[in-house]
This record gives sequence, structure tokens and C-alpha cells, in this order.
Amino acid sequence: MPTLIDFRRRIRSVKNTQKITRAMKLVSAAKLRRAQERVFNARPYAGQMLTVLRSLAQRTEAHAHPLLVKRPEKRILVLVLSGDKGLCGPFNTNVLRLAERFLAARTNGAQPQLIAIGKKSRDYFRRRQRELVAEHVNLFLRGVDYSNAKEVAAHVIDLYRTEQVDAVYLIYNEFKSVLAQRLITEKLLPIEGVLPTRTEGDLAVPEKEATGKEEAEETQVDYLYEQPPAELFGRLLPRHVEVQIFRALLESNAAEHAARMTAMDAATTNASEMIDRLTLHMNKVRQAQITRELIEIVSGAAAL
Amino acid sequence: MIPESLELQVVTPERQMVREEVHEVQVPGRNGYLGILPGHAPLLSELQTGELSYRKGTRWSYLSIFWGFVEVLPGRVTILAETGERGEEIDVARARQAQKRSEERLQHVGDPKVDFDRAQVALQRALIRLQVAGKAGHTVAAGHQAEEPTHAP
Repeated sequence: MPTLIDFRRRIRSVKNTQKITRAMKLVSAAKLRRAQERVFNARPYAGQMLTVLRSLAQRTEAHAHPLLVKRPEKRILVLVLSGDKGLCGPFNTNVLRLAERFLAARTNGAQPQLIAIGKKSRDYFRRRQRELVAEHVNLFLRGVDYSNAKEVAAHVIDLYRTEQVDAVYLIYNEFKSVLAQRLITEKLLPIEGVLPTRTEGDLAVPEKEATGKEEAEETQVDYLYEQPPAELFGRLLPRHVEVQIFRALLESNAAEHAARMTAMDAATTNASEMIDRLTLHMNKVRQAQITRELIEIVSGAAAL
Repeated sequence: MIPESLELQVVTPERQMVREEVHEVQVPGRNGYLGILPGHAPLLSELQTGELSYRKGTRWSYLSIFWGFVEVLPGRVTILAETGERGEEIDVARARQAQKRSEERLQHVGDPKVDFDRAQVALQRALIRLQVAGKAGHTVAAGHQAEEPTHAP
């Protein structure tokens, strides 16, 4: 039977934890707002890039470009984006589970190669003795920068160009809303029809192009060119890959903050409930103790 | 009919920098600076590191941009730049330092420790930054500024 003091201690400890979770929630909310803004700010760039690429693709020998060449997918490379920190609900677990399923479904051909982005993803694969082609950690802690995306893109493009891998996939959490994240598996390379094909959640269901909302009429314009269109096209494609990665980084970053905020909100509520329950118990124990003492006194007096 | 003004949009992956009705734009094209006036024929070009300026009425504004490309449509100019800064935002002291550093590096030609290309790019960026920062906020009467060829069709 726990005594009064035990209860008091327990309640104090829960209260302290609650303070921490509440603070974390507020911090995440602030960070989320910034992260969300960056996601929105990055959209016009990605959208414009797509429009231009598509209009160029119509008048050049697009298929000749090495980044568009499809090869049988024998060796694939998978980029897994997780967070750098925990305490964000199922955020990391979900993306890693999806990655694991994705890898399991790809047993034909050589073993898929991996690039881990985010500390949790790296730690996960390291624990399972998986060899990583590259790891990028702490970039969410330091704040996502375009140069991060460039670095990753350069590496990936190089692997693809030199035919060390035949396809590159990206697995990450997309920021859907504050309450929900969406898991995305996206084909990064070869660039398909200058539009990424997306597969949502379950590996099977192909989805209609979510990003392609650009007007078709603009692709019909006849431009003057400063340089041969094919050359321009070739210069733009790697940027397109960079932008895709950058967008995924931003999405994942925002999703992580959203997930953490939700998780910490739930934790704060749970702590309140626990405090209520403990207080109730404590009062019962106290009452029982008082009653017992009274009985002792009364029976003591009666015995006289 | 030739439109009176252009809608200029400058976007980088980080943010949308400019979205304004302007009267003239000058961009650092791959083969030299280009002037774009309202009614310019559709054009697509890669941009190099340089100064981007635009005129609204008689007021010029300056940006520094590092790689990008421009899409000109009748009545609209869209510029996608990898990075860009407004003249007012540029940290002059930092740009000076970068200039000095890269110039020092460039002194040691042939030194295997020096990444020559990188130093050159850094120097170019620093110079553009300084140039743009110097011009920022100045109001120049229209026409005086047209040292670069403007070729509206």
C-alpha cells in the first residue's frame, strides 16, 4: 500500500514531465509554423521548374538524356528520410516500416542500396547491419538548406549516370496537415515524363500526378532560345532532381514538427489525466488513514 | 498591342523574392546581359551569376542571383534562381571578406591544395554582391541606366 508521501512524490514527478511535454509542444508549434512556410515558399519554384521542363521536353530529344533513360531495375537505390530526433509519435517508425516493406518487396535483383537521411534512419539501418551508401545526419537539427539537397542530388545523379544504380526511390513523410502525415514513395530517377510517379502508403496503389496542376496551354509557346534547347534541358534536369529532394526534405521537416506537436499534446493531456487519478487515490488513502486513526482513538477510549 | 508593363516573378527554392508589375528587366543571360521590355517575344534562357535589375517607373531595384533561368512570356517574366539576395539584404562586410579570401587563394595558382574553380566562383559571387549592394536603393532616371543593350523585338 503506497503511503501519502509516495503519492505526493509521484504527482510531483508527473507534473514535471508535463511541464516538459508542454514546452516541447509549444516549441514544435513555433518550429512547425516556420517549416510550413518554407514548404509553401518552395512550391512556386518547383512548379515553375516543371512547367518549363515539360515545355522543353516537347521540342527536344528528351529521351536521349541520361537521367531519363529507363533501365531494367536490377539495382535500386533508396533514400530514406527520417527525423534526427525521437519523441514525435509514430513519425520515424512509420517511415522506417514503410522502407522495410519496400525493401522486402524488392528482393529480385541485387540487394537495394540505401542512403539514410536523418539520424533515426541511419541508426535503424546500422542496427540491422545494413550497409549505407551514404548518410546525412543532423541536417534537420541544423536547419534544412538548399545546399544539403544539392549535395545529396549530386551523389545520386552520379551513381545513376555511372550506372551503378538503375532507379532511385525516395521514401519520406509528406506534410499533409498538422494532424496527419502521409507516407510517400517517390521515384526520383529516372525522371518519368518529367513528372514523378507517386505511390501512396501501400506500395501498390499508383496515384494520379499530385503535382501536375500546371496549365497545358503554356507549354505550347514557341520560345526564342539563347542556347540549344537540348542543352538547356540537360542543365535543368539535375536541378529538377535537387528541387525534388529539397522539397522532400522540407516536407519531412514540417511533418516531423507536426508529428511532435501532436505527440506532445497527447502526452500533456495524458499527464493531466494521470495527475487527476493520482490525486483521487491520494485523497482516498488520506481519508482511510484518518478514519483508521479515529477508530484507533475511539476504540482506545472505549477500552478504558 | 504591346502591354504597358510586365509581371515580374523571381523565385528561389527558399522563397518568392519578387512579384511585381515592372516596366523593364535586365537579366544576366548566359551570353551577356539581356534587357526585357514589355512585349518581348517568348524567350527561355539560362542565367549566370550576376546582377538582376528591374525598373518600376523610374526606380531601379537590384538583386544578385546565382544561377537560374528566365522564362519570358508576353507580359510576364519568371525567373528561377538558385539563390538570390536583394541589394539591401547583402552583408557587405561578409562579401568583402569572401572577396579577400578568394583573391588570396587565387594567388597560389598551381597549388594542389587550392580549389581554383571554387575560389573563382566565390570571387565572382563576392564581386556581384558588392556591386549589387553598392547600387541598392539608388534611384536613377530611366534611360541613364541602359548601358547594356536592350533588344525588344
